[in-house]
Amino acid sequence: MSKYDIVIGLEVHVQARTNSKMFCSCPNKFGQEPNTMVCPVCMGFPGVMPYPNREAVMKTVMAGLMCGCEIAKFSKFDRKSYFYPDMPKNYQITQYDLPLCGRGGVHIFGKGFSGNDLPDKVIGITRIHLEEDVGKLNHFSGYSGIDYNRAGVPLMEIVSEPDMCSADEAYAYLTALKQIMQYADISDCDMEKGQMRCDVNISLKLAGAKEFGTKIEIKNLNSFRSAHRSIEHEIVRQAEILDNGGRLMQETRGWTDERGETYLLRSKENAHDYRYFPEPDLLPMTFTDSEIGKIKNTLPELPEQKRARFVATLGLTEYDAQVLTQDKTLSDYFDEGAKQAKSPKMLANWIITELLRELNDRNIPFEKNPVPVGHLVELVELVSAGTITGKSAKEVFSELFSGGKTPKQIVAEKGLLQISDDSAIDKFVVLSIEQNPAQVKQYKEGKTTVIQFFVGQVMKLSKGKANPQIVNKLLKEKLDQM
Amino acid sequence: MEKRIIDVKYVAALARLELDSEKEERLQKEMETILNYVDTLSELDVSNIEPTAHAVQMTNVLRDDVSEPPFQREEMLSNAPETVGGELIKVPAVIPGEEEN
Amino acid sequence: MSIKIENFTIHEAARLLEEKKISSTELCKAYIERAKKLEPKVKAFLKLDEEDVLSQAKASDDRRAENRKLGQFDGIPLAVKDNITVKGQTCTCASKILQKVVSPYDATVIRKLKANGFVLFGRTNMDEFAMGSSCENSAYQKTANPWNINCVPGGSSGGSAASVSAAEVTAALGSDTGGSIRQPASFCGVVGFKPTYGRISRYGLIAFASSLDQIGPITRDVEDAAILTDVMCGRDSRDATSLPDTNEIFSEDLGGLKDLKGIRIGLPKECFEIEGLDAGVRKSMEKSIQVFKDLGAEMVQVSLPHSKYAVATYYVIATAEASANLARFDGIRYGNRMKADDLLETYLETRGAGFGDEVKRRIILGTFVLSSGYYDAYYTKGQKVRTLIRRDFQDAYRKCDVILTPVSPTTAFKFGEKSDPLQMYLADIFTISTNLAGICGISVPADIHENGLPVGIQLLGPDMGEKQLLRISHIFEKNRAIKEFIPGI
Ligand SMILES: [Mg+2]
Ligand SMILES: [Zn+2]
Repeated sequence: MSKYDIVIGLEVHVQARTNSKMFCSCPNKFGQEPNTMVCPVCMGFPGVMPYPNREAVMKTVMAGLMCGCEIAKFSKFDRKSYFYPDMPKNYQITQYDLPLCGRGGVHIFGKGFSGNDLPDKVIGITRIHLEEDVGKLNHFSGYSGIDYNRAGVPLMEIVSEPDMCSADEAYAYLTALKQIMQYADISDCDMEKGQMRCDVNISLKLAGAKEFGTKIEIKNLNSFRSAHRSIEHEIVRQAEILDNGGRLMQETRGWTDERGETYLLRSKENAHDYRYFPEPDLLPMTFTDSEIGKIKNTLPELPEQKRARFVATLGLTEYDAQVLTQDKTLSDYFDEGAKQAKSPKMLANWIITELLRELNDRNIPFEKNPVPVGHLVELVELVSAGTITGKSAKEVFSELFSGGKTPKQIVAEKGLLQISDDSAIDKFVVLSIEQNPAQVKQYKEGKTTVIQFFVGQVMKLSKGKANPQIVNKLLKEKLDQM
Repeated sequence: MEKRIIDVKYVAALARLELDSEKEERLQKEMETILNYVDTLSELDVSNIEPTAHAVQMTNVLRDDVSEPPFQREEMLSNAPETVGGELIKVPAVIPGEEEN
Repeated sequence: MSIKIENFTIHEAARLLEEKKISSTELCKAYIERAKKLEPKVKAFLKLDEEDVLSQAKASDDRRAENRKLGQFDGIPLAVKDNITVKGQTCTCASKILQKVVSPYDATVIRKLKANGFVLFGRTNMDEFAMGSSCENSAYQKTANPWNINCVPGGSSGGSAASVSAAEVTAALGSDTGGSIRQPASFCGVVGFKPTYGRISRYGLIAFASSLDQIGPITRDVEDAAILTDVMCGRDSRDATSLPDTNEIFSEDLGGLKDLKGIRIGLPKECFEIEGLDAGVRKSMEKSIQVFKDLGAEMVQVSLPHSKYAVATYYVIATAEASANLARFDGIRYGNRMKADDLLETYLETRGAGFGDEVKRRIILGTFVLSSGYYDAYYTKGQKVRTLIRRDFQDAYRKCDVILTPVSPTTAFKFGEKSDPLQMYLADIFTISTNLAGICGISVPADIHENGLPVGIQLLGPDMGEKQLLRISHIFEKNRAIKEFIPGI
């Protein structure tokens, strides 16, 4: 039993994937030359006005519905004032007291990042609101440079309840959120492209104490891994201070991956006065029950629902289902294949043990998987119909990776058709017995397991194409007659 | 000294306005006068009144998600006091990590 | 041909251009000559580029000659207040902070005016960022009232009003946040029209207070105001607060009313109880009421019980919005940047040096009313009183078609006469509640005060009530005692 209770809440920013920015028509496109995806609106030129993107609003509402949030009947935008060069207007258009999405929650369960089992629980979501992203600062020695390409990209802020108690739970929550965003096509959540960013709020209190401890914020964590590491680090750091009778101050801290440490960014005394007020350039948004109902009907299956369906209707194990639903593209791949496959379970096995391993070995992300699911289904069918042996199948599978050809074509070209003809196999059986008198002797002396040796020999002689059942049957017959 | 309603020095710092002490003093007086006048509003009981943020009573004014070609960088940076190689807008050093979201 | 330029209108110009009795070049040259003569005294323009004007005029004449004119107003010059953006031009808001900033785009109204062939004739002076009622807050120059150059032209659209009054241009654009079109129009003896909030796109109008700002025309007569409103109004895909299109044409059948029988004109009883209402202004009001009565209008007493709170409400809401709207002027992306040691100092110095006193005053007031601990007491309260002010008008319009008030408690005052900021604010008492309510209002010259300065009346219509408001204003204009308002300059 630990001395302290750990209380963690997360603020996650997710960019909505849209064609255009939140309040102007500039393309919402990453990785372009600096300051080439800009216009007077997103650079805050004098006289411009914002005009909100419907798709971004809809995606935020969808995100809310996917997380079981209440959708606001009445919502509005506000201005949040703060002078900073990445914010072109020195205020951000965001949502203050009436966010698009109210309370909801996300389910976490299964194995945690550290390998321990997670408690089966729901992490509460306080709210999800929509705002505009800011520009990107580049730091040089003695000065900084701003690129406004990112300024004005639609950004959802997802605020959780302080419901997490460990770095593993936070990691699992982030994974669940990312899955949801990908499933509903809301965001790609590519953290390397800044499409998903995370701030952590963490406090420690004596175990069982009612009152919360001092809340410390860790800002701008740009990977799940650094979120996990920074939490572990903070728990130790804060506990040490408390153990030594020290007091924690409410503050905002940064994180360095290289040193694996948090550091002070600003203390409570420098807290901002954001002067929120309703954005006068934008009118409120309203949603009726029937409008919300209509959006609900267009929602895709949640990862959790998909897992349950895979287990219940496709005969997968919980483990298979969890692996296959981790990634939206992967789950869609399997779903598509399962429609064509006679045995979805066999397809699942092939994907998990062969395809994922191969991709992993070659360091290929699943989106770049070169094997069309139809090919994999065909391969599985060839094996289960006995057209090729399992051994040949692995050879075919490697070929599939180089692309283009169907399994049937590869089988034909390489002559991998399984030999199931008794007389053809008989030749190999006879040959193997002739070549290995010592093992024959062992068999005769009662060491019947040596038959596996003969199977291996026959497979070698047949270049792996002999039907193993027939080989077994014929070997037994021949050896027993001797 | 009577209680001040406003601390002009603090507010000017929030608004990023440099004021010399003479100006600050004068503004402090003017603000007190104006705010005293604004306080006539406290005569009114508005507890059951909805606030009005807009003179226009429309809602859900949204645009289709269609992108248009952006402006040329050269044009958008031509008013900038300083640039980094004509690509970034140059500003005095900003402490990394203090960015807002 | 020679034209009587002192009282020349858009509709007359359009007729003469159509009849080929005059060319755009001749028209623009005549105004340029007059401006050259008068500007040393009036100083209405911050920028007037003769070459540019004449090249636009020539382009217009060429279009006409080649039968591809852009509508009936092609070639008519129009001045633009220096807070409306024109691509490739500076737009200073009469502030040092925007001195050299070149706009990369056209305001929506400018796009529409260009599409109709109007010649953009110089940029007019104003109170810095439209904050003021006298034009004395310009960082560049003081515009004089053409009726008496020792007096202010009013503000904030003082340059526009003075330029039209002095007949340096046919008409001008202004913007009105708390009376900034109507009050200078009244001070200068011209027509100033603020349409319903949202009628005309604000895209490209450098915002002072976004929920109150509205672009409108300053013209010699009501017909010109209707014409320019027709050209500029309509739903804009760049202004989310712009109103849906109606199919009204304000300039059509404007003079259709033969009398005002059946029209009820509301007189708010509070208007005549205002402290500091000048006796001459009161007398002009009475004369105007008589004109309406003679036309058969029914005068009804209405009440706007919360109008006495309008100024206080306005100075909370307008400054709050302004404090955010003006935050972007920081010398980072555009504009003058003061050299300083670090980022914070850069902001402080740039903004400290770039803004004038009145702008700073309002930014501080607005920042304060939004700041932590004061928001509810000031800002929320202001928004709630705004609701009451709107309701007052809704109630009043159940009893009348338009409301009649003075525009300002006095005629144009002398430079420096109102040095106390609060006194200056309080003079906006008649115009300010219009913007808080979002309704439309017009200032029409009515009389000449015994001090020799013009006096306007204000007529206020309900939301979207422009059509009738303009028709009533038009018949008043035709029937007032003084036919022409031409300053002696
Ligand atoms: Mg945020
Ligand atoms: Zn843009």
